[in-house]
Amino acid sequence: MNKDTSHINSLENEAIYIMREVAAQFDKPVLLFSGGKDSITLVRLAVKAFYPAKIPFPLMHIDTGHNFPETIQFRDKLVKELGLELIVRNVQDSIDEGRVKEESGRYSSRNSLQTTTLLDAIEEFKFDACIGGARRDEEKARAKERIFSVRDDFGQWDEKNQRPELFDMLNGDIEHGQNVRVFPISNWTELDVWSYIEKEDIEIPSIYFAHKRKVFLRDGLIWSHSEYVYQEEDEKVLERMVRFRTVGDMSCTAAVFSEAADITSVVQEIRESTISERGARIDDKRSEAAMEKRKQQGYF
Amino acid sequence: MEVLKIATAGSVDDGKSTLIGRILYDTKSLTTDKLEAIEKTSKQKGYDYLDFSLATDGLVAEREQGITIDVAHIYFSTAKKSYIIADTPGHVEYTRNMVTGASTSQASVILIDARKGVIEQTNRHFFINNLLRIKDIVVAINKMDLVDYSEDIYNKIKADFESLMSKRDYQDQKITFIPVSALKGDNVVNRSDKMPWYTGQSLLEHLEALDKKDVYNVGTPRFPVQYVIRPKTEEFHDFRGYAGKVYGGELSVGDDIVVLPSQTKSKIKEIYFYNEKYQTASRRSSVTITLENDINVSRGDMIVKEGDLPTIDKQFTANICWMDATRLTTSGKYIVQHGVNKVLAKVDKIHYKINPDYSGIETDVTGLNVNDIAQVTFKLNKPIFYDQFKNHRTNGSFILIDSQTNNTVGAGFIQ
Repeated sequence: MNKDTSHINSLENEAIYIMREVAAQFDKPVLLFSGGKDSITLVRLAVKAFYPAKIPFPLMHIDTGHNFPETIQFRDKLVKELGLELIVRNVQDSIDEGRVKEESGRYSSRNSLQTTTLLDAIEEFKFDACIGGARRDEEKARAKERIFSVRDDFGQWDEKNQRPELFDMLNGDIEHGQNVRVFPISNWTELDVWSYIEKEDIEIPSIYFAHKRKVFLRDGLIWSHSEYVYQEEDEKVLERMVRFRTVGDMSCTAAVFSEAADITSVVQEIRESTISERGARIDDKRSEAAMEKRKQQGYF
Repeated sequence: MEVLKIATAGSVDDGKSTLIGRILYDTKSLTTDKLEAIEKTSKQKGYDYLDFSLATDGLVAEREQGITIDVAHIYFSTAKKSYIIADTPGHVEYTRNMVTGASTSQASVILIDARKGVIEQTNRHFFINNLLRIKDIVVAINKMDLVDYSEDIYNKIKADFESLMSKRDYQDQKITFIPVSALKGDNVVNRSDKMPWYTGQSLLEHLEALDKKDVYNVGTPRFPVQYVIRPKTEEFHDFRGYAGKVYGGELSVGDDIVVLPSQTKSKIKEIYFYNEKYQTASRRSSVTITLENDINVSRGDMIVKEGDLPTIDKQFTANICWMDATRLTTSGKYIVQHGVNKVLAKVDKIHYKINPDYSGIETDVTGLNVNDIAQVTFKLNKPIFYDQFKNHRTNGSFILIDSQTNNTVGAGFIQ
């Protein structure tokens, strides 16, 4: 694994360039913020891109209501410290309005329900560009995603008809009603993000570091014991030292056993890890093409 | 070293996906869960070896058809370097994908099946890599295990390829031949003991040794202004910064500069990267520049050093690759996006179509179909500030946008 971090400077320069293209090419951009490490990295990059001016777009969080409380506290603190505008839209409201139906059973999650809430919010605010923290190394379908990825009126991704992206040139021309998903850290790997967090000394939610948590085991994954996560009676609650490598909501994010309590040990652990990051994403395990299907429907 | 981006071109039959899978496997870049998935699927399909192509062919349609239809990006790193592979399909109908993949890459790997030798597709890959002026190319002669690791076959293919090299436009391109077996792992990451007659580096060793000077041309600095930063806060009341990326060379505080198109002169006062001031902005850094004089600069303008001006003109001739299903026609109107600058353009003349297999040109052309490469003159509604592609990869390239569909429909390299 590459221990030289000079390549991260080139990734940072590329991401800053993309942030500035968004601000210049679109009327109403928004940064989709989940409270996870990737979106926290995006905020840092945006701060750097526009200094000494403030970030010229708001943040938006699609709240499933099943988030880790640590993530929400962290989100509110970050927004306050940086003086940013935060928009929150709740999946619970979409359920109450009958726009989506809650899943039930053993693997129920609100993860895929976020899509409707997100698309409704894009329409409500007339956002024409949504900046997200997806990375191409995360997952096979994401490896083909463009940096500027056009979505139609229905928020859908037409993966077979994507615009070619050449050199540094980003074509943000769209029709009214369409929007572009923008991925400034497309070319970063998980290790790059962690190395950057270490290098820049970026604060992240405590759940990324080893802590004692009530968990249970199912299908070889470590699930959080919580009122939001379905648990069989014979699935025994254990108390273990764990941390999270990726943070979605509680129902779709599995933990890893870990003693890494600070950023240096986390970076070390990722460097030596033999399991991919999304190996702990329960939502990807549904089928071989799980991510591609969700993306076509407008998932982030 | 920056991240090294490598374009791979070749059809699935050449074993390109297997080669990439082999690199990932031998550099221990495949994680246990991905490896398990590959083992499971390979077994289901009844193969007696691991099908590494499963690691790269991401889309459902590709898994169904068993071919690569788009540019996929694959990431791996060694103790020395981080790499991105832009994996593109090799079929003629995907010429545009090859151009796209090569445009963001600094080095390229061309695969040849040792049993088939140099074929039309090889010519095309080489032509595109030469057109895009990739400085370093590896010709990997694959499936050596299927030809008994024969030195004669290797030499024959090498000689055939070398006969193409005299036809190329960009003669300074460095070309290295390596005999490999992606399936068996010979000379991919580790050197092979099956080919004692080959004493050169393995493919990865070659890539590991590449330095900035091997992949980048040093040109003259160009600073296209992306965005004007005006904080309007008390602390930065009069701050007016020009945000952009420096291409081709360096810019330093105190440099005498000219702003295009107004040709107003000034001096660089400060260079910011976030909240720190620097004396010099290095190539490809995203900085914010302030000038000594309060002059009017906006997005699409370009800051260059005095005495080092690009060509300022309302027309240019370029080699273009047409990428859209709708034909390009003489007198057709498009948007030229040159860096961050957009202007209206009209096709003035299609000089000729270039057969991308070095077999010659076709004149008397009235239109271009998808994947055609041609020399075209455009007239613009206002001047742009360009360099020839051979002197400046960034300031000599552009994309074409269809103003009806907003799609990117072509890419060009200014002559």
